[in-house]
Amino acid sequence: MALAQQTPDTKLAAPGHRPLKRNGRWSGYLHLLGARMLELKREPEVVFWVFVFPLLLAVGLGIAFRNKPADASSVAIVTGAGAEEAQALLQRSPQHASFKVDAQDEQAARKGFRLGKYDLVIEPDGNGGLRYRYDPARPESVLAKAEVDSALQTAAGRKDMVATSVITSSEPGSRYIDFLIPGLLGMNLMNSGMWGVGFALVDMRQRKLLKRFVGTPMRRGDFLLALMSSRLVLMVIEIGLLLTLGVLVFHMKVLGSIFTILLVGTVGALAFGGVGLLTASRAQKIESVSGLMNLVMMPMWIFSGVFFSYERFPAVIQPLIKALPLTALNDALRASILEGTPLIRQWPRLLIMIVWGGVSFALALRWFRWT
Amino acid sequence: MAVAIQCRDLRKTYDGKVEAVRGLNLQIETGECFGLLGPNGAGKTTTIEILEGLLEPTSGEVSIFGHTWREDAREMREWLGISLQETRLSEKLSVRETVELFASFYREPRSSDEVLEQLQLTEKADAWVGKLSGGQRQRLAVATALVCNPKILFLDEPTTGLDPQSRRQLWDIIREFQRNGGTVLLTTHYMDEAERLCDRLAIVDHGQIIAEGSPASLIERLGGHHVVEFAVDHKTTGSSDGAALDVWRALPSVESVREDDGMMALNVKEPHLTIPALLDAIGKQGSKLEHLTTRQASLEDVFVRLTGRHLREE
Repeated sequence: MALAQQTPDTKLAAPGHRPLKRNGRWSGYLHLLGARMLELKREPEVVFWVFVFPLLLAVGLGIAFRNKPADASSVAIVTGAGAEEAQALLQRSPQHASFKVDAQDEQAARKGFRLGKYDLVIEPDGNGGLRYRYDPARPESVLAKAEVDSALQTAAGRKDMVATSVITSSEPGSRYIDFLIPGLLGMNLMNSGMWGVGFALVDMRQRKLLKRFVGTPMRRGDFLLALMSSRLVLMVIEIGLLLTLGVLVFHMKVLGSIFTILLVGTVGALAFGGVGLLTASRAQKIESVSGLMNLVMMPMWIFSGVFFSYERFPAVIQPLIKALPLTALNDALRASILEGTPLIRQWPRLLIMIVWGGVSFALALRWFRWT
Repeated sequence: MAVAIQCRDLRKTYDGKVEAVRGLNLQIETGECFGLLGPNGAGKTTTIEILEGLLEPTSGEVSIFGHTWREDAREMREWLGISLQETRLSEKLSVRETVELFASFYREPRSSDEVLEQLQLTEKADAWVGKLSGGQRQRLAVATALVCNPKILFLDEPTTGLDPQSRRQLWDIIREFQRNGGTVLLTTHYMDEAERLCDRLAIVDHGQIIAEGSPASLIERLGGHHVVEFAVDHKTTGSSDGAALDVWRALPSVESVREDDGMMALNVKEPHLTIPALLDAIGKQGSKLEHLTTRQASLEDVFVRLTGRHLREE
């Protein structure tokens, strides 16, 4: 007995149960991934926010900004002397289909204009002249003014000095919905990456589940890997759903190969997984990490060209905007989906995402709190 | 027997200010059920988490079967089954999925079904964790610890908040583990739990061990196995100071006296000698006896004797 005690690691006091199996190297990782996927599947909120919400958003925005057959401007004409003549002139003009004219009294016309119902108000001045009331800051208002003016002048007999002709182009690929879907895809990858990794981690930390896991021989790297892998599985579904919707409902043309798109998606998902991990590396409470994550994501929602092109922002901040990971992801997705740009020519964007993901991952591992 | 857990001069200071553990020494033998008993905030959880290798001590040494966390952490984790205070397992996983997840981390786990059966969770195997009762959750927490076929079981307040039946079920499970040769370290602030389960225990207060030994020997050290509690009417409370206490202390067979919440408590060896003398003394004072009980001394009495406070006081 005394001799046996000299070797402290002898199998002491083996409890009466015989182990039935031996676990392999990847057993922990596979179970963690499996458990994570089951949890996600059983969480109705996750299914909604990750899968259904982006689809609803795409459908909603796609309908709101659909290319109407003729994008009719809505014009009010203030009743009074000269109004009828002006209206008759407009009706006679060849372009009359491109605007809709309502006769309204002055008050109703102004109110409608203020609320965005009318793009332009025509006010006869009573002496045979007309006054346009329009908002130079509203593109549709500017457009309506130019069109109405041109229609009125031509109908009244103006002769154009230069012969011009037009070719219309509203091919799939250049419409708003084509711009929007890759943007939504990018935003969705950011949202679900940040929440899927960051929120999940802080939740587990708050529940002391992380601490409990660390009390087992579980490899910590496997745990993080499983979390990231679950993101990739979701990413494939997210991309598949949104692109299918785009193709089936909005007749979008996907020019790049699905492989390229998935690869861009993978880099993006991992980059935001890294940022999510860093955001969640120390927070102890769900409330504090929620605030942090919104703080991180807010600039990208605004600047990274999800709903509108970031070219509209001043040139000074363009380099900053382009350095954001979501900008890189959106640009890369648009280039791959809409133009079929090969990956090799996208390397600066991929590099930006890899640097964001890599640096955050490295920092997160250093600061990460398991307990 | 070989030493399972040993720690020497353990100290833990949080943020350089709060001293949670101040110089704690423990030696727990293989096959023993050892209890850390103390009020909330005494440093029990900090101590057990340092022993589990989840917290880094500020100073001091820990060894488990002669191995230290610095050198063999991964190997040591294979030997330990842990149940933390208040771990909230994933609600959307089933009981079996949870146990299998934990089993997957170990090289040679036990069969999940066998563990579920041992903990009477077979019926609930396919239920989601979110649907379990408190007792079932606590049994599941112990199942995640037992599935790894541990040599040592660490249980941090395993029965807090459980109904009496669930507590008894857990005690049986712990005893069975011990019968099969396992070593148990548990913390508790329940006296009865410590008395029934533990072979030895250490009473912890303010981060230090203030007494250590078997439950019986600790009660022995108190002086008497019996406690006589009584109250007299308020005419005499004015003189319940040192002088009055001396009167009671002078009664036959009384080992110690304390006043507790308006009642006098005497630790007594032989109540049949003390009680007649007590009644006489009260009669001579002209006071009226309002209350009188006798009972077995418990660890609670030991604790109150040692600290002047009750265990459950916050």
